[in-house]
Amino acid sequence: MHCMKKSKFASLFLASTILIGVLAGCNSEGGSGDGGDTIKIGINLELSGGVASYGQSEDKAIDLAVEEINDDGGIDGKKIELVKVDNKSDAGEATSGAIKLITKDKVVAIIGAATSGNTVAQVEVAGKNKVPLISPSGTSTTVTVTDKGKLNEFAFRTAFIDPFQGTVAANFAANELKVKNVAIYADNSSDYAKGLAASFKKDFEAAGGKIVAQESYVAKDTDFRSTLTSLKSKNPDFIFIPGYYEEVGLIVKQAREMGITVPLMGADGWDSPDIVDLAGADALNNTYIITAYSSEDPDGKAKAFSDKFNEKYGEAPNSFHALGYDTVYLLKDAIERADSTDGTKIKEALEATDNLDLVTGLYSMDENHHPVKSATIIEFVDGEQVFNTKVNP
Amino acid sequence: MEWVQQLINGISLGSIYALIALGYTMVYGIIKLINFAHGDVFMVGSFIGFYSITVFGLGFFPALIISMTVCALFGVLIERIAYKRLRNATRIAALITAIGVSLLIEYGVIYIRGAQSEAYPDFFKKNFELFGVQIGMQSILILSVSVALMIILQYIVHKTKTGKAMRAVSHDTEAAKLMGINVDNTISATFAIGSALAGAAGVIFGVYYTKIDPLMGVIPGVKAFIAAVLGGIGIIPGAMVGGLLLGVIESAVSAIGFSLWRDAAAFVILILILIFRPSGIFGKNAREKV
Repeated sequence: MHCMKKSKFASLFLASTILIGVLAGCNSEGGSGDGGDTIKIGINLELSGGVASYGQSEDKAIDLAVEEINDDGGIDGKKIELVKVDNKSDAGEATSGAIKLITKDKVVAIIGAATSGNTVAQVEVAGKNKVPLISPSGTSTTVTVTDKGKLNEFAFRTAFIDPFQGTVAANFAANELKVKNVAIYADNSSDYAKGLAASFKKDFEAAGGKIVAQESYVAKDTDFRSTLTSLKSKNPDFIFIPGYYEEVGLIVKQAREMGITVPLMGADGWDSPDIVDLAGADALNNTYIITAYSSEDPDGKAKAFSDKFNEKYGEAPNSFHALGYDTVYLLKDAIERADSTDGTKIKEALEATDNLDLVTGLYSMDENHHPVKSATIIEFVDGEQVFNTKVNP
Repeated sequence: MEWVQQLINGISLGSIYALIALGYTMVYGIIKLINFAHGDVFMVGSFIGFYSITVFGLGFFPALIISMTVCALFGVLIERIAYKRLRNATRIAALITAIGVSLLIEYGVIYIRGAQSEAYPDFFKKNFELFGVQIGMQSILILSVSVALMIILQYIVHKTKTGKAMRAVSHDTEAAKLMGINVDNTISATFAIGSALAGAAGVIFGVYYTKIDPLMGVIPGVKAFIAAVLGGIGIIPGAMVGGLLLGVIESAVSAIGFSLWRDAAAFVILILILIFRPSGIFGKNAREKV
């Protein structure tokens, strides 16, 4: 009951803010944002609130990228000017922030938000006003395609979508590790893990592999030994475990105790320092995860970014930093190819992005505005994340 | 050999349930109170063990003993503050108080140290293989500590003066009072022993399952309650058998591929027991005296 009330209120609020945005958009003279010799780009990120660490990371890297571009002469001779709003990790704030950026500041494009939910809150406003919106790290498919399968024409993203990680893991298992008989042990209480498990299964079977067992657990479980025992009896030579580190840490530990020595793999849900405490450094050996970026990637571009970032901020960049940085270059490339700051032309240029060389890998856009890009595979060695390989789709 | 392995998994899990269930059953046996805060005493015990090991650098056995001692005092404290004055109140009042105490402990711990989980340090890493079955030192440890504690408990209940008093109070409080038994002290002793066992279960749980957090007591608490009902609430051997049986059943349910139904299985057992044999496996169908 409470929930329903809330969602009714939220949609009412959303509808009214969108209406204001649309009306305001109509009044303005086209909203070109081409303010003479600068190009205005809006930043709508979680600079405070619950998931501020994501937004702040991306903000830092965006500043670095813009500084570089401007020092290098800008985009076609025009400097980039950033206009920032803090959406306070709140969907309502994200919507009103987008309206302000579009109607008052007349930006040519918006970067943000860091999370899928806060990006979706801006999609409607951006689309109505024909301003491209790029989320650096929103991984839910709903950012660019609605639940009903309709494309949000002006929404884009830099990060790969969740099911894609399953595909990458399947290819890595089949082609790099060359395993044949595989088990899947998935968190049944998260859409993220279920999506990964489904795409892994489909692609691994397509690559000629065999799924010998598929089991599930739910978040907050602590005892995995019984299920692991029955998985072990099927003799898999690889186990795919999509889930979050809190449970995965225990699964890895208990699996090794049961004498399961085969390689284990997961996706970015594993990526937390806590997993080393939970599983133990020894147990994590011979396990692999997928990330968007590794600062140890030997690729020239990744290394150069890592060095520059380190020089400016005195820390090694993580994948949120890399995605924020890449988003600026993705937009720059589109504006250059569009040879215009008109929203629709930039949108069309973004759609035509093909094999753009970014810090997080080669980037192409598919028809659903989902990136087709390489993913980085990390291997745990004695509790440290070690760059293993980069997998192209 | 898979079934032997599953049996070991089940017995390890079951002996943790059994240790917690013993406390439930003892308290119920003596004052007819379902002490819902018991699972949280288990959680507190786990954290005391954790801090003894990580902050004071103690080994497993000293940590176990410290945790049991602190939990015994904690149990007595809870009884003296929350339950004592309700001894002649309605059963429902005491039950609601127990739920309140449970929430107070859970959120008190969250208030003090936050809700994040902790990872127990790795003890007894060694594994050995016996006829193709992996037996961890941890499983052996859990089993031997649990069995040892249960034997000590049986000894206390049947061979000591306190145990005799406990049995007397459980049988008929008023008559025991007339015979000169100090009922208050006996009840305190019951809480102390039950809570100490829960504390021990907490430390064992931490070592075996690694991850502990302030709400970890909720599910094992409920499972232990089911185990106590399964064996016959108020009956000590019943709690042991019920706990072990429940652990084995849960492992078996996972083993045949219904891992998502494991928790449901426990509740199905509770419902079946309440319908067909409310007094439990070891219970006698005694008629209430009017």
